[in-house]
Amino acid sequence: MPGLEDLYREIILDHYRSPRNRGELVVPPAARAEGFNPLCGDEIVVYIDVDDEGTIRDIAIGGQGCSISQSSASMMSAAVKGHTVEEARQLISAFKSMMSIHENDLDDVDDHEDHTEIETVELGDLDALRGVVKFPVRIKCATLSWNTLIQALDEVAATS
Amino acid sequence: MNLPSKIIEDFPVLRQTVDGKRLVYLDSANTSQKPQCVIDAMTNYYETINANVHRGSYRLAVQATDALEGARAKVAQFINAGSAAEVVFTKNATEAMNLLARTWGHANLGESDVVVLSEMEHHANIVPWHMLAAEKGFELRWIPVGPEGRLQLDSLDRLLDGATLLSVTAMSNVLGTINPIPELADAAHRHGALISVDASQYVPHVATDVQAMGADFLVFTGHKLLGPTGIGVLWGRPELLEAMPPFLGGGEMILNVTKEGFTTADVPWKFEAGTPMVAEAVGLAAAVDYLNVLGMDEIRAHETKLTAYAMRCLKSRYADTITIHGPSEPAERGGVLSFEFGDVHPHDVAQVLDEAGICVRAGHHCAKPLMRVLGVPASSRASLYLYNNESDVDALADALERADEIFSL
Ligand SMILES: Cc1ncc(COP(=O)(O)O)c(C=O)c1O
Repeated sequence: MPGLEDLYREIILDHYRSPRNRGELVVPPAARAEGFNPLCGDEIVVYIDVDDEGTIRDIAIGGQGCSISQSSASMMSAAVKGHTVEEARQLISAFKSMMSIHENDLDDVDDHEDHTEIETVELGDLDALRGVVKFPVRIKCATLSWNTLIQALDEVAATS
Repeated sequence: MNLPSKIIEDFPVLRQTVDGKRLVYLDSANTSQKPQCVIDAMTNYYETINANVHRGSYRLAVQATDALEGARAKVAQFINAGSAAEVVFTKNATEAMNLLARTWGHANLGESDVVVLSEMEHHANIVPWHMLAAEKGFELRWIPVGPEGRLQLDSLDRLLDGATLLSVTAMSNVLGTINPIPELADAAHRHGALISVDASQYVPHVATDVQAMGADFLVFTGHKLLGPTGIGVLWGRPELLEAMPPFLGGGEMILNVTKEGFTTADVPWKFEAGTPMVAEAVGLAAAVDYLNVLGMDEIRAHETKLTAYAMRCLKSRYADTITIHGPSEPAERGGVLSFEFGDVHPHDVAQVLDEAGICVRAGHHCAKPLMRVLGVPASSRASLYLYNNESDVDALADALERADEIFSL
């Protein structure tokens, strides 16, 4: 049975208490997307400002939610800021594949060797969210901001 | 008289442990656990009777029909309906409310009409009216929720002016507030409106008398009153049900069908197309028997006492941290305790409690307009029923300490 310490890692609580890149950006030039988790009422707003070279110059996070959705959004914002859209999309797919580990593999989730295909992308602090997969109902909390970021990136792609 | 302390032994689910800890079930406002007698009644039905109803001439089919209609009569008596024909079986309370909107509402509501709801309604008593209003163009008005989660009735006469229907909950699934239905019914009738009552949270906990309430329609759901899922009830005054068009079309609800058209069966079968939920009706009847043996007044007294204990206990241990929504006076509320625990998000509260084997609900409780009034996106909710006792409340209070620990700065 996974314990709460697998879920509430110190780094997660730190991002929850002191979220990075909280706020809003002016739209336009920034793009804005909203995500909802109808199960628990979490709401996330993602603003991104992408320059002509395809670099995410700035990102801001609004909305409210539980420790997992908020810390995930905070870590995500720190991880993609200053990176290109392409790098952000790679990180999104690496993060989402970490979150979609099949339940049969749950016993091995601490065994990092198993996930070679996502090892190529540096997850950094985000690795702390790996424990969330042991709590299947919380996976949606962790992925909410990422799905919202995809929407915002699609928005940028559609208007440029 | 008190409820027997061994009640918990009648509920198989409550006898289990989670990671070696006793399961503490505090989510009965969501769904209740089932006593052995309900499970046995349904199993026994399948093992000894099972046949389709209203259409067989052999003895088993007659027994199955008797089981269904016997359950209807029992439910009718439980809510003091005038006759069994006033009780329509539906899938749940949600379907009952949709039935009302789709039949009575469809026939009686147009552009110049007004439907009055309250801000504390469950989505089941909001969305069907939104859906119908989009089609028919009638106006929706809202009775505001004021201090301590009570309905603010000073504007009631203005809201009911020109209204056709008042549809309101008898007990809030978030605040626990018990609303003054007889008073609301009088006011509605004075203005020429009908009143439909969402009693989903009320019937399981308080002796219900639809006639004394002055209700015109009343809905509730079987699974919250120790019964199975898959069965709910719409009760209506007979002349109203009589005048309503049918709901779904198909077998069971017809008197005659030709290539040109059909005529409907009598009330209540007119509203029950297709093979009904016979085993579920049998289970619901067993639940009603169980509640009757214990006595609804004893159940209410037990829950009021336990609610008072829970409010006292939580407030004294977490005076600076906890906010409990709804009336502060236990006699004015049911055992539904929605709370904010400092800055800890309800989803995290529920997670920490789960670790201790405690089941509570976190979220908006299908009452988003109310959450907006309360100014919170979500809350944690512990809800009590007849099988809960002080040790469950103590377990909740103890486990909240861990939430304090993990999330304090
Ligand atoms: C007040 C209220 N009304 C309606 C419902 C809907 O019940 P059901 O989901 O069984 O249709 C519920 C419970 O979820 C409720 O609490």
